[in-house]
Amino acid sequence: MRDIVSRDREFDVLIVGAGVSGSAVARELSKKKINIAVLDKASDICEGTSKANSGIAHAGFDAKPGTLKAKLNIRGSQMMEQLAKELDFPYKRNGSLVLCFDETEIGKLEELKQRGTANGVEALEIINKEQILEMEPSVSSKVVAALHAPTGAIICPFGLNLALAENAVSNGVQFFLKTKVENIKKEDKGFEVITSKGSFRAKVIINAAGVYADKIHNMISMENDRLEITPRKGEYLLYDKKVGSMVSHTLFQLPTALGKGVLVTPTVHGNLLTGPTAVDGEDKDDAATTAEGVSLILQKAADSMERVPATDVITSFAGLRAHEKGGDFVIGEVNGVPGFFDVAGIESPGLTCAPAIGEYVASMISEYLQAEENKDFFGFRKDIAHMAQMTVQEQQKLIHGNPAYANVICRCEMITEGEICAAIHRPLGATTVDGIKRRTRAGMGRCQSGFCLPKVVEILARELGVSESEICKNEEGSVYLLPEEGGEG
Amino acid sequence: MKTELIVIGGGPAGMAAALSAREHGIKDILILERDSELGGILNQCIHNGFGLHTFKEELTGPEYAARYVQQIKEKEIPYFLDTMVIDVQGGDPCRVIAMNKDKGLFEIMCSAVILAMGCRERARGAMNIPGTRPSGIYAAGTAQFFVNREGKLPGKEVVILGSGDIGLIMARRMRLQGAKVKMVAEIMPYSGGLKRNIVQCLDDFDIPLKLSHTVVEIHGKSRVEGVTVAKVDENLIPIKGTEEYVSCDTVLFSCGLIPENELTVAAGAQMDLVTKGPVVNGRLETTAEGIFACGNVLHVHDLVDNVSKEAEEAGHYAAEYIKKKPSDWGEALRPKIPQKSKCILPNDRDTSKTLICIGCPVGCLITVIEENGELTVTGNTCAKGEAYARNEMTAPKRTVTSFIKVKQGIRPVVAVKTAEEIPKEKIRQCMEEIQRAFCTAPVSVGDVLVENVAQTGVAVVATANVTA
Repeated sequence: MRDIVSRDREFDVLIVGAGVSGSAVARELSKKKINIAVLDKASDICEGTSKANSGIAHAGFDAKPGTLKAKLNIRGSQMMEQLAKELDFPYKRNGSLVLCFDETEIGKLEELKQRGTANGVEALEIINKEQILEMEPSVSSKVVAALHAPTGAIICPFGLNLALAENAVSNGVQFFLKTKVENIKKEDKGFEVITSKGSFRAKVIINAAGVYADKIHNMISMENDRLEITPRKGEYLLYDKKVGSMVSHTLFQLPTALGKGVLVTPTVHGNLLTGPTAVDGEDKDDAATTAEGVSLILQKAADSMERVPATDVITSFAGLRAHEKGGDFVIGEVNGVPGFFDVAGIESPGLTCAPAIGEYVASMISEYLQAEENKDFFGFRKDIAHMAQMTVQEQQKLIHGNPAYANVICRCEMITEGEICAAIHRPLGATTVDGIKRRTRAGMGRCQSGFCLPKVVEILARELGVSESEICKNEEGSVYLLPEEGGEG
Repeated sequence: MKTELIVIGGGPAGMAAALSAREHGIKDILILERDSELGGILNQCIHNGFGLHTFKEELTGPEYAARYVQQIKEKEIPYFLDTMVIDVQGGDPCRVIAMNKDKGLFEIMCSAVILAMGCRERARGAMNIPGTRPSGIYAAGTAQFFVNREGKLPGKEVVILGSGDIGLIMARRMRLQGAKVKMVAEIMPYSGGLKRNIVQCLDDFDIPLKLSHTVVEIHGKSRVEGVTVAKVDENLIPIKGTEEYVSCDTVLFSCGLIPENELTVAAGAQMDLVTKGPVVNGRLETTAEGIFACGNVLHVHDLVDNVSKEAEEAGHYAAEYIKKKPSDWGEALRPKIPQKSKCILPNDRDTSKTLICIGCPVGCLITVIEENGELTVTGNTCAKGEAYARNEMTAPKRTVTSFIKVKQGIRPVVAVKTAEEIPKEKIRQCMEEIQRAFCTAPVSVGDVLVENVAQTGVAVVATANVTA
């Protein structure tokens, strides 16, 4: 028997997962005349793998030619700069270097260059020590050669995810947050999706559930077609902006017998970032940092840098990559389940690939649904105004229109009340402290929210019309304050 | 806009500097304060122990601040509140860019600037404490703000890392508000806090201080669920096998203060790697022309009284500079940095007769011998010590500081204290009455808010002003 599902919960396409892949697919599909919804168990978009990674738009020399990773990386890398302009998220083409520290391994650098060229990466060149040190004076003097990829870039991972999702919303896509998919049932003309917030129905399901993509896949796949996603933890150290300009390129290390190495990169916001480690685990929620991870990063980063500014670390974090044992992305219709598509195993270079994944998957779905063009599609989106990045004239104009832009809340990053309110009241607005942080950078600075936390909690409570003790860091239960009577003890 | 002197920061340093500059003949002064009140961090330091040098009496933080605020008002020194300075450039004239809701973005030219922005706390991230990143992890000062300024409690079961004074003070504060404080862990083999604070904040409430211990992992997904604490060796490396799981919903970090010098650096002033403040000459002038510095922005002070003293000098020197610019900068002179307190209480101390005086920051070790009903007190260095020791042996007393809820005020709570010390065993009852009480704005320093608290004959009085 069919469960009763209200009309407003019936869609052409349901996307499971509001990370960067799901959001990219949603936005791309909104170019067609179809009803789309995105479900996510988290309280905000960008709460999984998409929020904790290197923030790199890779040039594309790393993936094996012929793989989906290689193909989508090149396409994603090519799309990113234009997309950054259209959707107004931070992007900087800073170029990358793969550093080699051993004369005998220069051959491997050459192989990497050939692989990159085969993938279609432009302008790759091998440069010598003098050239490297001229470009990057902080690089270790032990360096012997490097592969230079001028098309490498850095982006804001939250920025990309938010931009895609917000633009999807403007084009009619609905997001259902705090909505956990519990089961999926095949029906005559599609699927019923049972969630923590009741049932949904759709003709097409897209599984973009990150490290949980196997759970979603296995709800519906045939016995002999099970998927297994291993959460591969990557830890990072983030440094104060005052050392952010120690390097300008993204510095990779040439993989050796001892492992893959770690990267050292400026972030698009001007911090320095080192990491990641790579440790396979079992717990899909275990993003804890470890003492071993921290010391390994510092030790490996010291191979690339003449001096690692260890005392300027402002925070450490870890993310979980969704690793599938085949090593390539798993994208496509699931065997024997027409209308159910996986976008799984999206690990590095997944962030770079996101726009291309969107395009690739959307074309599959449009074909499946024989969808028409959406002539009303509007592909532009404007980010929140960021006072810290403006000229004095722009700042004055903004303050003139709304004095809240003159009230600085986060002093480290110079984020104002106006920006925080804007983050709350825009489509898919922030409801949590982490949501504010990802949209505005309040709390991302050197004091790590020591001063602004009480003010951010107060503004969130005021603007959302709830009490301060209900404001969460991210997921349910992550409250900051006890309810009023708790203080009476 | 133009003025003679701009003081950045309206905390204890900024206010003392402005008053001193006025006293030395500078008429046009403007204080720029980012908070909605003058007073700086003192407004949330509602405990007592301030002012023994400056005012020769023991005051709470807000009371200490209020005395300066009153003078600022009497001398009619102008100040802008809720105002953030976003850029300072030295020169002749100096240029300050700031903004607030009323005036938007504005620029002021002046002959000299005094930097008095204070300091900030070292965050968890800077110490690479591994584990998860749930809510419930606070810098001790952030928790202090929530409790003392907003009357809100951040958690019920607390572990504190770092035994500096803020950590110790917050241990008592959280306990008085009804939280259970499981321990204060300190990675060093000594406490960085004052002895008197170990006695009156930890010992009084049986809160364990674990020296040579640190938090090696934080647990919990949404909210903190516990921490793993381990002993460290002489190189401060955790010793395997000594790990202990302690359940808690809150972790407070009190692991040092860092002068807040972003404006200073942007002004091009040379920095001192030791003090983490700007390099100054004997006149407290930085290497940026016309820019002076004092208080915790220059180096972290142990006592606010010393901040005020240094700020008075800065105000004086800035005034001299404005009147007649010296021909050369002279030599760099590092301000005297107080020896970091290394507080170790004797382990085998017989607490029945060996006491640590809490009368002042010195913390004298006092021995009391009873013979034939007569008490002989030795080891004290002042008369207060003897009085303390006699009291402590017969009828120990404490001043209780907390907050009382305010109706119709610009702030939800007002800081209070018992007007005199009350018997130690009455603290609990006193806190219960304080927590039940409320008052209606306006409230002024000294207003009696609870009479005869816990039948002690002592009143609970406001230690801060809250306007309606």
